[in-house]
Amino acid sequence: MTEPVLSIRNLTVEIPTRRGLFKPVQDVAYDIRPGEIRGVVGESGAGKSMTGNAVIGLLDDPARVASGEIWLNGRRIDNLTPEEKRAIRGKEIGMIFQDPLTSLNPLFTIGEQLVETIQLHLKVSATEARDRALALLDRVSIPDPATRFDQYPHQFSGGMRQRVVIALALCSEPSVIVADEPTTALDVSIQAQVLDLIKELASETQVGVILVTHDMGVIADTTEQVTVMYNGRVVESGSTDQVLSAPVHDYTKSLISAVPRPQVKLHRFPQVSYGGRETTFQIEDLARNWDKPEPSKSGKLVEVKGISKRFLEKSALLPSRRTYFTAVDNVSFDIKDGEVFGLVGESGSGKSTVARMIGTLLPSDGGQIQFDGEDTTVMTGEALSAYRRQIQMIFQDPFSSLNPRMKVESIVAEPLLHHKLLPPDQISSRVHELLDRVGLTRAAAAKYPHEFSGGQRQRISIARALATQPRFLICDEPTSALDVSIQAQILNILKDLQEHLGLTMLFISHDLPVVRQMCDRVGVMKQGQLVEVQDTETLFANPKSDYTAQLLKLMPRLAQLAG
Amino acid sequence: MLSFILKRVMQSALVLVITGAIAFSMFSFVGDPIDNMLGQERTMEDVERLRAQLGLDQPIPVQYVKFLKEAAQGNFGVSYRQGREVSEIIMERAPATLELAAVSAILAVVAGIALGVFTAIRRQGLAANVIMSTSLIGVSLPTFLIGILLIYLFSVELGWLPSFGRGEVVRIGNWTTGFLTESGRKALILPAITLGLYQMTLIMRLVRSEMLEVLRQDYIRFARARGLSDRVINFRHALKNTMVPVITIIGLQLGAIIAFAIITETVFQWPGLGLLFINAIQFVDIPVMAAYLMMISVMFVIINLVVDILYAMIDPRLRVTAK
Repeated sequence: MTEPVLSIRNLTVEIPTRRGLFKPVQDVAYDIRPGEIRGVVGESGAGKSMTGNAVIGLLDDPARVASGEIWLNGRRIDNLTPEEKRAIRGKEIGMIFQDPLTSLNPLFTIGEQLVETIQLHLKVSATEARDRALALLDRVSIPDPATRFDQYPHQFSGGMRQRVVIALALCSEPSVIVADEPTTALDVSIQAQVLDLIKELASETQVGVILVTHDMGVIADTTEQVTVMYNGRVVESGSTDQVLSAPVHDYTKSLISAVPRPQVKLHRFPQVSYGGRETTFQIEDLARNWDKPEPSKSGKLVEVKGISKRFLEKSALLPSRRTYFTAVDNVSFDIKDGEVFGLVGESGSGKSTVARMIGTLLPSDGGQIQFDGEDTTVMTGEALSAYRRQIQMIFQDPFSSLNPRMKVESIVAEPLLHHKLLPPDQISSRVHELLDRVGLTRAAAAKYPHEFSGGQRQRISIARALATQPRFLICDEPTSALDVSIQAQILNILKDLQEHLGLTMLFISHDLPVVRQMCDRVGVMKQGQLVEVQDTETLFANPKSDYTAQLLKLMPRLAQLAG
Repeated sequence: MLSFILKRVMQSALVLVITGAIAFSMFSFVGDPIDNMLGQERTMEDVERLRAQLGLDQPIPVQYVKFLKEAAQGNFGVSYRQGREVSEIIMERAPATLELAAVSAILAVVAGIALGVFTAIRRQGLAANVIMSTSLIGVSLPTFLIGILLIYLFSVELGWLPSFGRGEVVRIGNWTTGFLTESGRKALILPAITLGLYQMTLIMRLVRSEMLEVLRQDYIRFARARGLSDRVINFRHALKNTMVPVITIIGLQLGAIIAFAIITETVFQWPGLGLLFINAIQFVDIPVMAAYLMMISVMFVIINLVVDILYAMIDPRLRVTAK
């Protein structure tokens, strides 16, 4: 067996707080051998990223390494001076961050950023650095490197930017790369490409890779070794096949079982039960206080007929010189009463635009959207307000969809006040009831959004959406920003709501396994067009279009997963 | 890019036409100029003759167009009080104000950015905290008070610097400069500090908070992870991103420096445009007021135009949408 390039030995990181020492990483140990990809998996807050940061010597103040050692190529690096650590960073250890949209400086060209890094580490002339940068861009499969070299980050797509980030990490042939959730922000198909690239590079250049992720699918597809972390500690470590097929620790078992299965449909999402954090709440109680929605006249609550949307791409004085980008192109489907209709597709396919048009947040450029027989695209005044009361939206990002300056109580009460649904003296008790029902305590009402975790915030969003007793709920990627375990909780809440309150739902997601569990029927979108609409089971078993088949193929398979 | 600039120029022209209308309306609404120009002993004939001579008997729109035409050529008529061409008076006074404004602006921008960056990088340091606390004085004390305090300290008590006037000036063509004589340079110090202090502290605080925001960004973290040195990160990567929003404010503040020179010039009896304007108000010298108003608005419009172009030069994202 070859010597490890990087060895983490009993690493503990501590953060002094007012309430004493907090240890986000405790006694963590793992090795990386040349050319090996080691997955580090766990929920947010498990200490995965913190360990990675300790390795590259970028712990944020006041966090510090309390004990343990980090060895790189036979040299101890955790006790180096900041200046010595800086010399290692980028040269011997590369780093890839989660969000390729924010990791590159927007004001410098790709070439400038590459050359700068290469010249820093390799002491070569400007021309040599340029040649090397071009070769690197070519190596990470960026087409036409010579042109791309002089472009700015905003001219690259997300996947291309992540390739640039990888090229930057590879500038001086590091022996280890720490990849912190490198594909979480990317589409399924792009994710597969980027992971393939990482695999290729690892075997070709013998670079060791620490792949931090919360996605079991990525672990299964990409890594050879895996380390499972929970609450700052390593709970299980071993070869990926072995850990996934025969997990020993209870947490690993429950984490694996919480991954939505693409193969079978289950009634509820299995939750991560380890640690006793499953919260219970009674949707049934809410149903008692809830006026069951009237069935729609035709049995179809929402009928979308040939809607289109185009955005101005280039403005010009003369109408003939303007160019448009067609985001939604003649899309038609309908949603029956009490149905969960899924809309899937890659980013940029127009899913969210459709949702916004149904929610009357965007005007449509043609076609009709009928809600219970009424055309919503021509509604104004009272009718529009009545319609908006019956539909509510839940957005993807629980951080930006709640006003940070408002208390939770005011956030949930706002729709009630706006639509004048209750006399002012009853609003407070209604808000408490709603918060109760989504599993939050009454104390939550007096707090601000930043005091909550992502999952809790998404519950606040759900409580806010339920305040007006809507008939129709639009969920735009409601769990994409959440951990697997939290995702299961939120999706179960949504399922329960739908069942007990007779809600009709439009569920938008790029995550096919989730869609399979949630939806009755699914529409697949590609470049603004609806490629096919099918019953969920039929779609997964016999996709009609090639595009759907391709999407299904790219879906990470957890064939070797236990349970 | 060209169409973007053209669009901005057209907008600027519109702004000037509107401020022109305001300046012009002063002639009609702030008393009858004929009354001001002719003394008590006047005949109806004199009045009529002067009215015709000045074109005041024509319809208002015609007068306005004529006013704009003349104004565009820098001709604002004759000062009521001094009986000389307004443009001549302004040309005579402008160097004093422009020199003062330039020195204050350079002081404000250079010191403001430097101190802002310093306090952002050494956020916890003692020096940074002292600077931040002291800067509150600059933000909260009114300009005239700062001026008076400085005069009291450096002119009255210590006697190092003159308390008023421009000192000795050297004439170069149409321009008079105080830079070339010692007394001129000395006289410039106190007014320049007074005028620039507020802008300096404002720029400093703005740069600091923007820079702190930028330093939190992922691309700075990524730059660290690439092993770049602190110097490169702070002064190359962070500073350029910091400047994007700061430039707008700096542009507006430069305009404000010229416009607010009025107070400083009054305190220090600086023979510039601000003092001219204050005197013009006291004597209802409308041509001078109108000319001053137009001049300031032209200045603001030009500064904003330059800012917009600079913006597009720094930020490639704007360049693309502007194309």
